[in-house]
Amino acid sequence: MEELQSYTYDVLVIGAGGAGLRAAIEAASQGARVGLVSKSLLGKAHTVMAEGGIAAALGNVHSEDSWQAHFRDTMRGGKLLNNWRMAHVYAQEAPERVMELERWGAVFDRTPDGKISQRAFGGHSYNRLAHVGDRTGLEMLRTLQDQAVYRGIEVHMECIIHTLLRDGARVSGAIGRLRATGGFVLFKARAVVLATGGLGRLYKITSNSWECTGDGFALASLAGADLIDMEFIQFHPTGMVWPPGVIGLLVTEGVRGDGGVLKNSRGERFMFRYVPEMFKGEYADTEEEAQRWLKGDGAARRPPDLLTRDVVAKAIMQEGREGRATPHGGAYLDIASQRSSDFIKSRLPSMYRQFKELANVDITRESMEVGPTCHYMMGGIRVDPETQATTVDGLYAAGEVAAGLHGSNRLGGNSLSDLLVFGKRAGLYATEHANKQRGEPVADEAQISQAMQEMLAPFQSSGEEGPFDVLRDLRETMQQYVGIIRNEGDVKKGLEAISRLKDRAGRVRVTGTREYNPGWDTALQLPLMLTTAEAVALAALERRESRGAHTREEYPGSDDAFSKVNFVVRRSGEGFLVVKEPLPEMPQDIKKLVE
Amino acid sequence: MDATFRIFRGNSQGGGYQEFLVPVEEGMVVLDAVHRIQEHQANDLAVRWNCKAGKCGSCGAEVNGKPRLMCMTRMDQLPLEEPVTIHPVRTFPVIRDLVCDVSWNYEVNKRVPPFTPGEGDLWRWQQKDIERPREFRKCIECFLCQTVCHVLRTHDQKSSFIGPRFLVRAAGLDMHPMDSISRTRFLKEEGGIGLCNITKCCTEVCPEDIHITDDAIIPMKERVADDFYDPVRWLLRKITRRG
Ligand SMILES: Cc1cc2nc3c(=O)[nH]c(=O)nc-3n(C[C@H](O)[C@H](O)[C@H](O)COP(=O)(O)OP(=O)(O)OC[C@H]3O[C@@H](n4cnc5c(N)ncnc54)[C@H](O)[C@@H]3O)c2cc1C
Ligand code: SF4
Ligand code: SF4
Ligand code: FES
Repeated sequence: MEELQSYTYDVLVIGAGGAGLRAAIEAASQGARVGLVSKSLLGKAHTVMAEGGIAAALGNVHSEDSWQAHFRDTMRGGKLLNNWRMAHVYAQEAPERVMELERWGAVFDRTPDGKISQRAFGGHSYNRLAHVGDRTGLEMLRTLQDQAVYRGIEVHMECIIHTLLRDGARVSGAIGRLRATGGFVLFKARAVVLATGGLGRLYKITSNSWECTGDGFALASLAGADLIDMEFIQFHPTGMVWPPGVIGLLVTEGVRGDGGVLKNSRGERFMFRYVPEMFKGEYADTEEEAQRWLKGDGAARRPPDLLTRDVVAKAIMQEGREGRATPHGGAYLDIASQRSSDFIKSRLPSMYRQFKELANVDITRESMEVGPTCHYMMGGIRVDPETQATTVDGLYAAGEVAAGLHGSNRLGGNSLSDLLVFGKRAGLYATEHANKQRGEPVADEAQISQAMQEMLAPFQSSGEEGPFDVLRDLRETMQQYVGIIRNEGDVKKGLEAISRLKDRAGRVRVTGTREYNPGWDTALQLPLMLTTAEAVALAALERRESRGAHTREEYPGSDDAFSKVNFVVRRSGEGFLVVKEPLPEMPQDIKKLVE
Repeated sequence: MDATFRIFRGNSQGGGYQEFLVPVEEGMVVLDAVHRIQEHQANDLAVRWNCKAGKCGSCGAEVNGKPRLMCMTRMDQLPLEEPVTIHPVRTFPVIRDLVCDVSWNYEVNKRVPPFTPGEGDLWRWQQKDIERPREFRKCIECFLCQTVCHVLRTHDQKSSFIGPRFLVRAAGLDMHPMDSISRTRFLKEEGGIGLCNITKCCTEVCPEDIHITDDAIIPMKERVADDFYDPVRWLLRKITRRG
């Protein structure tokens, strides 16, 4: 058998986005020996793309803001399907985590009196998003990266984890390969933190980067961990729809937060017609009132263009169905008529550039064309709201791969602060767990050799399937059958297609060598992607109602029977079991906050 | 219409160009074409990319001899009558095909003295105080500036020069309104700032439009001069937190 590079850590953190970095920093500052692994180079993780801002009730722009208000907005945005305790911890700790980022050198935009500025965003009742132009993710990731480097954390870049290893019922490490050489690497660890991010790449149209193939959901589930809320995938209402090469690329919600308005092909501001019952009275009724809000009139209510993402995405789809779509099948997003050219260029510099360079559109003079794009996974690994422990001993999860905070729909800006709050907690409690273990972590030879065989199989396959062909078909399958609007027939077709794709994935053949071979990487990614896709489809089938980001054509309304349950997807033999479980009950005093 | 691509295939041992024909679509960028080739003609064609939106800085290569981000280079800006040549950036060793080993940059980064805030200061400042550091913090670490700088590219002085990217980084930290230390000794003695002779090639390729030479290197060169010949000005600068 070939030689294995081997490392032993107290805490192994898989993923170097915001959540993974924050976890690693915390574990290192608790004195743990930490190893940090990522599929790409350090500083390139998907978090780098985040644009609009990071939500925290600092109260710098609206002093009335409070953690209670942030908690309420988060719960209502999630249609109360959130894990209340996670939202509670989150809203209370977010401001501290943002201030800490500033202490570590992040340079946020300022208010006139010199404090961190905060912008308006969908679903937040006050200006709550601390921002760095429209490059907040870059600033956050770079700041965390600097801290990690400064603390001397060992980083294994361009290293892809293939399997988690188990010692009996507990997780004891992971095995993977280095992209550059194709060599195998073994990590033994007393505790493992999964911070592998989302799954947007399961869909054809997505704002997500290359890495977001949903590995973590599958890795955890195969190791025995519960997944919850897998049916809730956020489609962001404003992705680019033209030209073809950039379809899905995100147009930040900051455009609307800063005054941009949505219009259909007839030039109507259609969002006034789509305010849901739950939010009636909280949004402007007329264009005139919306204009006053834009001018800073405190008595005016915010425009309905800033409703939650699920609502806006569905409204754009509906306008299209009724024949009022723009030439490339979306809606217009117009900031040119609302703000000066200088304002737009200083507040939204990368949007300006993105449209100018990729679509030949000058957003200071013309409208953008936008439509829904797969953006964020609310569901994921079930975790303890305080410790981020999964249901498997020794395994922790944080960031987009963990579930509970956002319920059925996430508010913009709530992810970046989620990464910090729960990344830190995961790092802390993983270290505590590691400190309680006695002796060296044990890696099981049989599991190791099985993983190595699996990884080499595509080179020895006699099959004729190309890895990229199966990938393309998977992404089309999910887009078509388990997309924004679902129905039982479609989802079942999707599941059948997934099962055929699994067979095909088993027949994939890879050419070339093991050095930096994207065909090989894709071939090995497919089984994980298919596992995750199946979990999504199964949960989507069970929730026979529409709520938040999950829309069932046959059940257009929300149903009380589903208002207090999570669907748990659990590995069972070669397949999955889907179990309905009650949500944790909110205590009375907390309940009052959301009513 | 079809375009012809000549793409470097090979590894640290050497290699050569391979030709591919790719149908061109409206709005297509070079990275789209590379992906098309990878999907249909050469599954093992190695290329590094993450965001395809000009935000992560992963996809640098030399397109028709010019270092650029492949995801931000539109096909309609290239003369398609001739083959489009794509070569990995030349200053760093090739791993395979279009992917280079940029680990040297990560090692250099570890040596830059970190952000060091002063004690007890009030963390308030005006937007105009952060324009400069913000310009530098836009850096997406594509390392294209490192690639073109002749000190690294032609003279391979990697042991004595940290390159424009890290001069920018040091400048960004030094000009942070709360930073309390000076990096001039580092820049002079370890950074090799004196080796830069202001050719501005780095500024020309920066996809983030950072004025590397004018806004970062020249002011830092002045600081180095000040600190070694005029310590009063250093003190003044720290007190007023400007410039
Ligand atoms: C365009 C865009 C804009 C956004 N803007 C905002 C915003 O303004 N505000 C906000 O709050 N949220 C925003 N979001 C959402 C937010 O950016 C993400 O939810 C968040 O960054 C996820 O962070 P993470 O740390 O969980 O994972 P990621 O940043 O996705 O990092 C995942 C890490 O895991 C690694 N990894 C994955 N699989 C493996 C494996 N098998 N082996 C080894 N390593 C692995 C990856 O290499 C990577 O390092 C935006 C998202 C997009 C797409
Ligand atoms: S200006 Fe200086 S750093 Fe930039 S390319 Fe020229 S020599 Fe290199
Ligand atoms: S300074 Fe510009 S060219 Fe250099 S690494 Fe940063 S973004 Fe790239
Ligand atoms: S892929 Fe991210 S900059 Fe090109």
